[in-house]
Amino acid sequence: MIADWLVQGLQMGLVLIVAPLLTGLVRKIKARLLRRQGPSLLQPYRDLHRLLRKEVVLADNASWLFRIAPYVAFATIWVAAALVPTFATGLLFSWSADMIAIVALLGTARFFLALAGLDVGTSFGGIGSSREMMIASVAEPALLMAAFTLSLLAGTTQLSSIANFMLSQHVGLRISLGLVFVALLIAALAENARIPVDNPATHLELTMVHEAMVLEYSGRHLAMIEGAAFVKLLLYASLIACVFAPWGMAAAGDGPLAYLAGIAAYLVKLLLAAVVLAVFETSVAKMRVFRLPEFIGTALMLGLLATLLLFVTRSL
Amino acid sequence: MVLSVLLRAMAAMALAGGAIIPVCRRHSAGPWVYGTVLAACSIAFAAALAHLSSGAAPLTLTLPLGIPWLGAHFRLDALSAFFVAVVNLGGAAASLYAIGYGRHESEPLRTLPFYPGFLAAMNLVVLADDAFVFLFAWELMSLSSWALVMAHHRAEGTARAGYIYLVMAGFGTLCLLLAFGLLAGSEGAYTFDAMRHGALPESLQTLVLILVLLGAGSKAGIVPLHVWLPLAHPAAPSHVSALMSGVMTKVAVYGLIRIVFTLAGPPAWWWAVIVLIIGGATAVLGVLYALMQHDLKRLLAYHTVENIGIIYIGLGLALAFQTNHLSIGAALALTAALFHVLNHSLFKSLLFFGSGAVLRATGERDMEHLGGLIHRMPVTAATFLIGCAAISALPPLNGFVSEWLTFQAILISPDLPQWGLKFLVPAIGAALALSAALAAACFVKAFGITFLGRPRTPHAVAATEVDPCSRGAMAFLAVLCILAGVLPGLVVDALSGVVRELTAGSSLPAQSGLPWLSLVPLSTARSSYNGLILLVFLTFTSTLIAVSLRRLASHAVRRAPAWDCGAPDASPITQYSAGSFAQPIRRVFGGFAFRAKERVEMPEPGSMQPARLHVQLRDHIWDIIFAPIQKAIAFTTERLNTLQFLTIRSYLALVFGALILLLSGLALWQ
Repeated sequence: MIADWLVQGLQMGLVLIVAPLLTGLVRKIKARLLRRQGPSLLQPYRDLHRLLRKEVVLADNASWLFRIAPYVAFATIWVAAALVPTFATGLLFSWSADMIAIVALLGTARFFLALAGLDVGTSFGGIGSSREMMIASVAEPALLMAAFTLSLLAGTTQLSSIANFMLSQHVGLRISLGLVFVALLIAALAENARIPVDNPATHLELTMVHEAMVLEYSGRHLAMIEGAAFVKLLLYASLIACVFAPWGMAAAGDGPLAYLAGIAAYLVKLLLAAVVLAVFETSVAKMRVFRLPEFIGTALMLGLLATLLLFVTRSL
Repeated sequence: MVLSVLLRAMAAMALAGGAIIPVCRRHSAGPWVYGTVLAACSIAFAAALAHLSSGAAPLTLTLPLGIPWLGAHFRLDALSAFFVAVVNLGGAAASLYAIGYGRHESEPLRTLPFYPGFLAAMNLVVLADDAFVFLFAWELMSLSSWALVMAHHRAEGTARAGYIYLVMAGFGTLCLLLAFGLLAGSEGAYTFDAMRHGALPESLQTLVLILVLLGAGSKAGIVPLHVWLPLAHPAAPSHVSALMSGVMTKVAVYGLIRIVFTLAGPPAWWWAVIVLIIGGATAVLGVLYALMQHDLKRLLAYHTVENIGIIYIGLGLALAFQTNHLSIGAALALTAALFHVLNHSLFKSLLFFGSGAVLRATGERDMEHLGGLIHRMPVTAATFLIGCAAISALPPLNGFVSEWLTFQAILISPDLPQWGLKFLVPAIGAALALSAALAAACFVKAFGITFLGRPRTPHAVAATEVDPCSRGAMAFLAVLCILAGVLPGLVVDALSGVVRELTAGSSLPAQSGLPWLSLVPLSTARSSYNGLILLVFLTFTSTLIAVSLRRLASHAVRRAPAWDCGAPDASPITQYSAGSFAQPIRRVFGGFAFRAKERVEMPEPGSMQPARLHVQLRDHIWDIIFAPIQKAIAFTTERLNTLQFLTIRSYLALVFGALILLLSGLALWQ
């Protein structure tokens, strides 16, 4: 019993500690691909530390919502990340939220950040919130359709059980899985504000979406929001890894050695994800905002097609 | 016993209007009437809940009222008890709210006599056990709510809203009347008991389904019969809007369930197809319409259309499972639909109360004239925020639970054997997912533009918090939204009696004994959800973060002008408005849904005129269905108008001609 709590706690701690490293890694690889030296891998930690020490500059008319939104967003994303299997399946609380609930939890975080973007009453906040909600209004259904396909295949919406199912012999090669993989990747790019949907490094005002929404934040509030973005990227990497590369994960009740092996496998998967993301981001250009619905709509349609194929082939 | 308590409560409610108003003085009658109704609703709610949780057998009662040889039949089974509970919970909250809100009515006597009658009529619809009482109560409900809509009859648009509502309500009742005529058969068996045992030929069954969808569906606001709803619901005083949107649409859903699931006989599989298509279209179009609105109350009314779509999706899935004898699936889908009925009645009433509070405080319904109210109306803002989060299906609140259950029902539907359903259900799932995501955008807009930002007009600057009764009613519903979200197992257990009654014995497994009060609709291996753990987790982590930041991070807070990339503009009209917030979504979805057109009018160089953006949205359904009907009626009446001005000879000739025609028709027929 105590061990279960410990493993669950370990997972919560692990996602928190590794998340900035993943972002640092992506930045580093991107820089190297552009033949720049790039910042140190630890730079995101230093950024957070710097922000935490700075004072908060609040706009005159910022309300209590503006002040609680970073904490709500961080807490929801952290909890969601703690419920996605990373190095082990069947954690103590993994049954309390399935894949649908995890997608919806990310929606809660987005809801509060979008409201905070409107709180101060500046046009940048408004433009960011409005575009973020537009992107989400297509990306979230795409994610849900991907969740549907996986659940239909595995006969369950629990991520742990989906991972176990993907490890088993019953999967085989399926078209639906391929479609869902692409859909999940596109949705993940959109939800994490990565190129080609949004540029995390830009400070050119009219091209940013997520950054415009959180423009008024500073100090520890900004640290929370940056941290939440790091954890969110990690969450999507873990989600895709847990579904499409579930190898090496420890099962509930395995010994500490299995957990260690699981953590090692998990770190390798993250490294791989960082490389793929960095290579992809350096090889495409950012899209115009109103091209995005077509791009993300592709994910929605792929997800729908995958679900439909499963519905139809189930009886054959 | 319970049934007679309920009927007495109804009688007390209806009498409250008639007896109290003449006794009291003009402006002191309100609190008395609303107080009495509040008491009656609370008693009725408690009685219905007691009946529901005891799982007792249905109670019946026949009163010597109505048509002399028939009497009035009443019956309280689990389904009725659930809806009585929903109606009276909404009624009690609305009455509590109205004790404070009603004081600000300029003409309280236009509302007071009809309000108790409206609530009593809704209860009677749900309790009726014969066609006469049902239709009588249904019509009473329509007419009293029409009178309430017309309370501010001089306000712009109210007269048109009332007229369209009256026409649609009359049409709906006519359809229901015909449906009951078919169900009663040639013997005229008007009691529901006889209908339950009667068997209809399949063609007539189909006709009944269509008539019920037209009749009960038009009251619920399904697409394409929704046109009256966003006009009529916002025109009424806000506590009545809450009742119409939150409760009356549920009575319409009750009508559909009662007739299709218990009276019309065994359903055919393609009924599910019809209901699912209507549900999917209603959900997506409803939320898209809502997103385009600037009027806060109209936005909420359009959003009711979306939620009715979600309920219909649940009911359609239940029908699909039921015809294929997959009883556990039917139980799951019905539980989801009924859970959403309860949820929507809670958060939609809450949101209408909030919009009423805003209207009272500022005199404005147009979001473009509001803003910054979170500073001036903190309690209203907080409760409205909870309502917005709940209706956007965000965990751990209640709206998420019912959508999650609907998704679970969709996920077991590959077992359905019909190809039509196999193709349709995934698309409906996508529509549901899309409408949930759009709903979040819609309520970010509703809350963000109304309560956040800087005030856009002096009215918004001068707003003050509303009275304690209104605040109490809003807080009460907000707490219920949270409770139903974190303890969904209790609601599912309370619904199991209703579900068992509708699916002939199957229901979801009991939830209350499960560890950690989690929700496991089918089996632990399949899916589970625990709102309570999520809430505890979220509270724990956010407290942990807050405490550790207090220890480790800087505490300093400095207030300064907004940054806005270094170029803040002091004028509040430079903020994002409701129209600009919806613009990206209008560009993405508006083309096919509304034929949206934007036109920018730029002034000549050197001219001092402001630039203008014109947005044109067209409602396809009004253009395709209602406008031609309107035109045809106008054309016919124009032609028939000449009949008014004939001489007596011509009238006699007309009568003679008609007689000959009828007689020859009769002769040919025999």
